[in-house]
Amino acid sequence: MSAAKKKKNVALFVTCLVDLNRPSVGFAAVRLLEAAGCTIMVPESQTCCGQIAYNSGDKESTKAIAKAVIRAFQGFDYVVAPSGSCAGMIRHHYKELFEGDDTMMVVVDELSSRTYELTSFLHDICGYTPEDVRLETSVTYHDSCSSLREMKVRDQPRALLKGVKGLDLREAEDREACCGFGGTFCLKYSEISEKMVDTKIDNLIASGAKTLAAGDLGCLMNIAGRLKRRGTDMKVLHVAEILAGMGDKPGLGEGDI
Amino acid sequence: MQVTSRRFKKGAHEALHDENIQRAFSRVKSGFPLARARSASELPEFEGLRDEARDLKNHILENLDYYLEYFEDQVLLQGGRVHWCSTYTEARDVILDICRDANARTVTKGKSMITEEMALNDHLEKNGIEPIETDLGEYIIQLAHEYPSHIIAPALHKTKDQVSDLFHQHHEKYGLSERITDPQALVNEARSVLRDKYIAADVGITGANFLIAETGSTVIVTNEGNGDLTQSLPKTHIAVSSIEKVVPTLEDASLFLRLLARSATGQEMSVYTTFSTGPKRMEDLDGPANFHVVLVDSGRSELLGTNKQDLLRCLKCGACMNHCPVYQAVGGHTYGWVYPGPIGAALNPHMVGLEEARDLPNASTFCGRCEEVCPVRIPLPKIMRHWREQAFETQITPKPERWGIGIWAFVAKRPVLYRLVTRISARSLKILGGKKGVIRKLPLMKGWSSVRDFPAPEGRTFMEQWKKQTPEGK
Repeated sequence: MSAAKKKKNVALFVTCLVDLNRPSVGFAAVRLLEAAGCTIMVPESQTCCGQIAYNSGDKESTKAIAKAVIRAFQGFDYVVAPSGSCAGMIRHHYKELFEGDDTMMVVVDELSSRTYELTSFLHDICGYTPEDVRLETSVTYHDSCSSLREMKVRDQPRALLKGVKGLDLREAEDREACCGFGGTFCLKYSEISEKMVDTKIDNLIASGAKTLAAGDLGCLMNIAGRLKRRGTDMKVLHVAEILAGMGDKPGLGEGDI
Repeated sequence: MQVTSRRFKKGAHEALHDENIQRAFSRVKSGFPLARARSASELPEFEGLRDEARDLKNHILENLDYYLEYFEDQVLLQGGRVHWCSTYTEARDVILDICRDANARTVTKGKSMITEEMALNDHLEKNGIEPIETDLGEYIIQLAHEYPSHIIAPALHKTKDQVSDLFHQHHEKYGLSERITDPQALVNEARSVLRDKYIAADVGITGANFLIAETGSTVIVTNEGNGDLTQSLPKTHIAVSSIEKVVPTLEDASLFLRLLARSATGQEMSVYTTFSTGPKRMEDLDGPANFHVVLVDSGRSELLGTNKQDLLRCLKCGACMNHCPVYQAVGGHTYGWVYPGPIGAALNPHMVGLEEARDLPNASTFCGRCEEVCPVRIPLPKIMRHWREQAFETQITPKPERWGIGIWAFVAKRPVLYRLVTRISARSLKILGGKKGVIRKLPLMKGWSSVRDFPAPEGRTFMEQWKKQTPEGK
C-alpha cells in the first residue's frame, strides 16, 4: 500500500459472544484488519447489538441498546464485526427498529452503510488475501443464516480460506440449512434445535473435513457443544482464527488456549 | 377447525419421536426444494417475476374492494351468483342452503384450504350431506378423519401401509375384499370409487387459486384433474374462496401461474389449470346449471393496512414449508391449525388468536429461507417478529422470559456494569469448564444443557485483555 493512501479507520464491534466466550476471535479480527491496512479502534462503551431483545419482542430495550451502539460507533469510516448476525442487526434491523422516526433514520442509515461482516469487509472492501498463512487440514465452512441471507456473504470467506496454504476446503451437503441455534430458540425449543443441529452435524461429518469453520460464534458454540455431547471428533474454529494463522490452537470446547 | 396450537411443544416432542413422521417430512427437503431450484434456474426472469408478483399483489390489496366488486359484476353477467360472507358460520350456512336447494345428498369436493378453515365437511355431515374429497391426498386424510399436514400434499404424513389399512377398512362397502399394498393398485382403487362419486354428486365444491375480475372466472390448479370432474359434472358448482384471491385480468393470473407451480413442486405448470366462468351456456356440452362463488373474509380484511398485510399476498404454494427446517423436523400437524410452516407461524396467530398460537412465531430461528423462496416475497420472519413484539407488549410472553430479557437489557444498557458482569461470568464459567473446557450442565440453562455441552470461555474477556494491551485507551 502506498504511504500516501489513507488507512481505513475501522471500529471493531467485538460482539458479546466473542467478548465473553472466545476473545481470540477478536484478536484474530484485529490482526487481519491490521494486515489489510486498517487502523483499529475498539470503542470501550460497546456491549451488545441488542438482537436478543429484538428477537424476543422487546422493542423498547432494543431501541435503547441500539442508540448506545450508534453513539459508540460514530465517526469511524467502517464498523466491522466478526459475525454476520450482529453486523446484520446493525445494518438491516436498526432501520426496521426506527421506522417512522425520521431523525433517527438519518443516523441509522449512515451507520448501516458503513457496517460490515469481517470476511466480506476483508475481501470486498480491502481486497485482502492471506499471505504466508499455512494450515495443513481439511476444512468445511458453515454458512450462518444471517451472513448468507442478510449480509450476502457466501463466496468471500471461501475465497479467503482458499488463500491459506495446505488447507483443503470441502463443501458439506445442504450447506445453506440452519444449524438450529437461533439465539434463544435453542433454549426454548431445545428438542427441535437438537434435530436441526444433528442433521447439520451429519452433513458436516460426511464432508470428510476435520475442521469446521464459520463466521458466527453462535452457530459455532451450538455445533461444538453438540459435537462434544455426541462425542464426535471435529475441531471447531472461527474462520478469522484460521485466516489469522491461529488455526493450530485448540478449538471451541477443547480447554486452554 | 379445532385449534391445538397451544400444545405445540408437546406435539413437537411427539413428532420428533415418531419414525413415520420423521421419515415423511425429512423427504420434503430433498424433493421439493431441489425441484424448485432447478425450475427457477431454468427461467431467467424468475426473480423479476417475483418482484412483479409482489407489486401486483400489493396493488390489488390496496384496491381490494374495487376488484372484488368488479369480479362480482362479471360473475353476475355470466349468470352466476356471489355470496359475501364475513365469518365461517355465514359461509357454512350459505353453502348448506345451496346444497339443500339442490336436494343434495352427496357433494364432491376439490382440495380447498378455506373449507378446511371452516370445517365444512363436519358441517355438511352433521346436516345429512355426505362430502367426498376427490384429491387423492385429501381423500386419504378424510378416511382417517384428519386434516392436511401440508397445504399442497395433504397426506404427506401418511405411509403407504397406513393408506393400505385405511382402504382396507373403508372400501369393504365398495367390494374391496383384500388389503392391497401396491401404490398403483391403491391409486386405481381410489379412482374407481371416486368415479362413481363424481357421477352421483349433486353439488361440486372447489376452492379457487385465483378469481379473475375482468371475466368473473374462478381458477383452480390440480395435478389429478379431480377439480374438473368435481366442478363440471354436478348440476351445481360452488367455488369457495377467501377474498384476497382476486386478480384484475387473465394476463395477471398468468403471471402468478408462472410462479405458482414452479415454487410449489418445481413444475412449469400444474397438470391441470381450470377456468370456470359462469354456469353452462346453451352451446356448452358440459358444465353446471348453477354457478355460485362464496367469498369469505373471516378476519382477512382486518389485516389490511397493518404491518401484517403482506400475508395476504400468499399464493398457497407451500414453498416456505418445503424449505423450513422447523417444519421438516416437527411436521405439519404440530402447528395445530390449517396452515403449517412459516406461513402458519405468521398467519395463524391472527386467525386463531395470539395467546393460542404464541409458540408458532417463536419457534423459528429466523433463518430466512422461507422469505428467500416465497414467490411473492412475504417477509415471513419480520411478521413473526411483529407477533413476538405484540406478545411482549401484551404480556403474553411468559414471565421468566420477560424477566430474563429485562435483566439482560438492564445490564447491556450500562457498559461499566456490563464489563463487570462479563468479567465475573467469563471467569466463573472458565472454572466450571475445568481442564476439559466444556460445561455439561450450565446453571439456569436447561434448554442448552439438555442437548449440548457448553464450550467454556477462555477466562478473560476481550475488552479486559484489550484494555491491558492498549493502556493508552485506544
